[in-house]
Amino acid sequence: MPPEKRARLLMGNEACAEGAIAAGVRFFGGYPITPATETAETMAKRLPQVGGVYIQMEDELGSLAAVVGASAGGIKAMTATSSPGFSLMLEAISSAIIGEYPLVVVNVMRLGPGIGNIVASQMDVMQSRWGAHGGLPMIAFCPASVRETFDLTIRAVNWSERLRMPIMLMTDGVVGHMREKIVFPQPDEIEVWNRPLPTGDPAEYQCFDPGEDNIPKIAPFGGQYRVHYNTAVHDHRGVTTMADPKWCDYAVRRLSAKVTAHIEELTDVHTVLMDDAEIAVFAYGPVARAAEASVRQAREMGIKAGLMRTVTLWPFPEKEVRAMAKQVEVIVVPEMNLGQMVLEVERCAGGEAKIESVTRVDSMLITPKQVLDSIVAVAPRRQVPWPR
Amino acid sequence: MAKIKPLKIIRERYFKFERFPTTYCPGCGIGNVIQALSRAVDDTGRPRESFSMSVGIGCYGNIGNFLDFDELRLAHGRAPAMATGLKLARPDLNVLCMMGDGDATAIGGNHLIHAARRNIDITAIIMNNHTYGMTGGQYSPTTRLGDYSSTAPYGMVEPSFDICKLVEGAGGTFVARTTTFRMVQTIDIIRRAIEHPGFALVEIESQCPVIYGRMNRWGNAVAMLKKQNELTVTLERARTMSSEELKGKIVVGVLAERIEPEFTAEYYKVIDRAQRSADGA
Repeated sequence: MPPEKRARLLMGNEACAEGAIAAGVRFFGGYPITPATETAETMAKRLPQVGGVYIQMEDELGSLAAVVGASAGGIKAMTATSSPGFSLMLEAISSAIIGEYPLVVVNVMRLGPGIGNIVASQMDVMQSRWGAHGGLPMIAFCPASVRETFDLTIRAVNWSERLRMPIMLMTDGVVGHMREKIVFPQPDEIEVWNRPLPTGDPAEYQCFDPGEDNIPKIAPFGGQYRVHYNTAVHDHRGVTTMADPKWCDYAVRRLSAKVTAHIEELTDVHTVLMDDAEIAVFAYGPVARAAEASVRQAREMGIKAGLMRTVTLWPFPEKEVRAMAKQVEVIVVPEMNLGQMVLEVERCAGGEAKIESVTRVDSMLITPKQVLDSIVAVAPRRQVPWPR
Repeated sequence: MAKIKPLKIIRERYFKFERFPTTYCPGCGIGNVIQALSRAVDDTGRPRESFSMSVGIGCYGNIGNFLDFDELRLAHGRAPAMATGLKLARPDLNVLCMMGDGDATAIGGNHLIHAARRNIDITAIIMNNHTYGMTGGQYSPTTRLGDYSSTAPYGMVEPSFDICKLVEGAGGTFVARTTTFRMVQTIDIIRRAIEHPGFALVEIESQCPVIYGRMNRWGNAVAMLKKQNELTVTLERARTMSSEELKGKIVVGVLAERIEPEFTAEYYKVIDRAQRSADGA
């Protein structure tokens, strides 16, 4: 990208498309849905310019299936949708885990249930963890800004390629539609990972041989290596193993280990004023921006508040939350849903800290004041807040 | 028509013979279909690694355990959508799309008609045995009126789909029907379908003697094939028959064949155009 075009005013959904292209995505299977459509629109225009393909499929089941087909052809591929479409895509997400297809699904979360409302929410964060049948560990990132949407799209594509599995980017109507200045990094500043490829003798090749790192080196179609993707429980050759307890157990545990072996590398937690904090706010996505403002306001009032923002929703940052619970007395968890990640915080806190859930489901973004009110309400009595 | 090659050659080139015997019931039509398919692939003279198959779920969806082409498998009904993604991303590949009747016309019906509408260069080979065999013989959208199935214990009440009419109406540019009884014709038609530059459908009327046949008391595979052959009418003869006479008959032959712009080629023209204008900008 020429230097004069490096700084632009973009909405999150557009930054997502640009991030994908920077990561090497050359196939997008779309289906229109508010508030995610701008990613598809940007891809429809931009992908052919870089030799890539955009196709609008007949539904979300088909759009993710087309992504799977392109991925098997060796092309980096993704889709973007919003909550009702995400429900349909869970079919292929579950299948892509066991089929070990690298792909990225972006969910620009809207308010649910049903058709719900096209405004923002964080109502699908538990669905991203548990929605796909099988209940295997998932990887999901959650951006709080337009630039972070760009960066995390690249990260999602990279991890999908490296681990050969579907990765989710859980953004929302606020970040997706918000316009911010974004300064694109230079191409040489962007780290791009590619899927592992086989190198041995094609005659000896077994497409699902997990090797030493649990990641099979599945070749792109059309070469000398014969590939059998299989979404039924299968052996190292990709042959269905029918009702064999040994292979069922192995399949589930190996696919799980692909994620759990990389928890430390995947975990991305940012803290603000946490060093001496006695009250912590735990947040993700755009809510964390409001929470940061409220934490700073609380400090001005003499309350020792801090923020932990997680970029990695899944795997959940258990170790970090456990340590935080030992340090602080109260953890406030603001979310644009009825309280979902707060359950994870509670689980990891294990009774070490009091947990305060702050929820908002009226389609409006949580404000700094809403979080601040909760901080003040739970502040230890010895810290008498200054009058406001 | 190409010479019929010894089975041993076909088996060594395209099958995982070490996996035999297959898991299929005795007399199942799948063996006929995949033998015809591999012979047709061989007859095209195109390199075997240029062929990929997108398969559905069901008995027919398990052919990849025995037939050795690069294989896409995901979920029930999604084979045409996967094939669409693969062909668009990799226009150099010959993409086969293998579905049973339930897979293609019930759960995957939407993907089938849209692949046909786009006229994307995919060869869809639908094996129609009129039932969900793997789950034990439930009725499908192609189960004939009055036939028995495990979920139609009083006989099928719904009218059935004509797969060829469906695909032709949706825009498929090569539409053919054949049967497992007519192996030589089936090989020839599949080869023509592969060579056709656009969406090609081959519907293969097949037999499920152990489940569908048993429930309807039609006897063994041989009896079913004989019955199938009695009902078969060539396209030429069908043209001389009234619609009343054609009721319940299986009309075989190439029912439609025409050349229309192919989607992948058209889209790559868009890429050329977009790249030229992006360079100029």
